[in-house]
Amino acid sequence: MIKIKGLNKYFGSLHVLKDVDFAVDKSKVVVLIGASGSGKSTLLRCINFLELNDSGRVEIMGKNIDPKKDDLNKIRQDVGMVFQHFNLFPHKTVLENVIEAPIFVKKMPRQEAMETASYLLEKVGLSDKAGVYPCQLSGGQKQRVAIARALAMNPKIMLFDEPTSALDPELVGEVLLVMKELAGEGMTMVVVTHEMGFAKEVADRVFFMDDGRIVEEGPPCEIFNNPRHERTREFLAQVLN
Amino acid sequence: MTAIYEIFMENAAAFMQATTVTLKLTFVSLLLAMLIGLVFAFFKISGNRVLYGIAQLYITVIRGTPLIVQLMFLYFGIIKIVVLPAFWAGSLALAIHAGAYIAEIFRGAIQSIDRGQMEAARSLGMSYPLAMRRIILPQAFKRAIPPLGNQFIIGLKDSSLVAYLGVAEIYGTALYAQAENFQPFETYLVAGFYYLVLVIIFTFLVNKLELKLNVENGGDAK
Ligand SMILES: Nc1ncnc2c1ncn2[C@@H]1O[C@H](COP(=O)(O)OP(=O)(O)OP(=O)(O)O)[C@@H](O)[C@H]1O
Ligand SMILES: [Mg+2]
Repeated sequence: MIKIKGLNKYFGSLHVLKDVDFAVDKSKVVVLIGASGSGKSTLLRCINFLELNDSGRVEIMGKNIDPKKDDLNKIRQDVGMVFQHFNLFPHKTVLENVIEAPIFVKKMPRQEAMETASYLLEKVGLSDKAGVYPCQLSGGQKQRVAIARALAMNPKIMLFDEPTSALDPELVGEVLLVMKELAGEGMTMVVVTHEMGFAKEVADRVFFMDDGRIVEEGPPCEIFNNPRHERTREFLAQVLN
Repeated sequence: MTAIYEIFMENAAAFMQATTVTLKLTFVSLLLAMLIGLVFAFFKISGNRVLYGIAQLYITVIRGTPLIVQLMFLYFGIIKIVVLPAFWAGSLALAIHAGAYIAEIFRGAIQSIDRGQMEAARSLGMSYPLAMRRIILPQAFKRAIPPLGNQFIIGLKDSSLVAYLGVAEIYGTALYAQAENFQPFETYLVAGFYYLVLVIIFTFLVNKLELKLNVENGGDAK
């Protein structure tokens, strides 16, 4: 589903991603871990072209993407993204947030969009909040709306950038639960998170990033129990305490 | 006191007529100015150096010269190109003046919207123009209402200078009346009173609108 080869990304003179190779198969859940500033978000954002790589290849669903030639708006419809700070549209109700893109991007009839939205809001447990504005929701509810909004475009891939980092501890569980369900349904997912429990339980593979490189990758049991790399060990020792 | 009252009564009809002219001038020029302002705000955020330069030059010149000079310059410039009644030439000149300030208001409002809004919209497959129109601008307009209201009040008062183009708005009417009745003090006082009432009414309406939008949109939180 996602295949990245030899990707490099610079912000000015700052070399943020260094020869990154990264691949995710269909229906797999990949968790990206690493210290702050190691380039996790940037890598995620290269997958839906919110950032453009300076060199290397990005292949989405078997197609090598050339940002200059290909219609990125079209590709982004297949790659949903959930942000740390939700980024719900504050001037729209929960329902309007969810139906906005299907109606204006996919040209879906309003009625159909509303039906899809009702189904998705029920799925994330927020049917009763359809008519309220985002400011009236808790953080956990906001993030679940954001997930429903992304799912409304019927994406083939979902990217999560620290979806629970801005939440109060007691609200983390409800969001992870929705993500687990999604994984169970066979969604292809790339998740940046510090929730090691989620990684152990749900991830098929874990990638550890350090200073713009993918230092180590493997199934969660291997990464967590037998990290081969010194940097991975140090990082895990830090986050697990 | 009685003299003021007399002047007020004597000129009531003329001033009422003038008030409608002032209001028309204000609305026409500020509507146009919003259009101009939006275009130049986009020039400034376009990332295109030529467009940015054009917008910057326009704003610098307008901010750096007196309105009366601009008004005269533009009026005589405009009527060289097209034959326009003084009212329309004046409106156009006022619009070009206010447009520079409104461009900065819009630019500031658009840039004050969290980057995450544009990113979320783009991540859903929206094009840049669609995301602007559906997501960014509605939020930016709401944030622009207080400074826009302020600019409207300034525009309302600035429209008085169009009197010098021979338009019979409030100040023009006062100019004319005091030349006839030889009571400039009382006449200008009455003219000022009309402006003051208009500004108070307008301020009230802007506050109401702001309150209404705030309730409708459920505040400004993320
Ligand atoms: N738009 C940008 N312009 C300049 N530098 C940037 C930009 N975005 C990120 N960076 C820099 O790139 C590096 C990698 O950032 P990135 O956000 O990908 O890290 P991260 O692993 O997601 O960190 P965190 O855990 O703090 O979210 C950092 O040094 C950051 O300061
Ligand atoms: Mg990050």
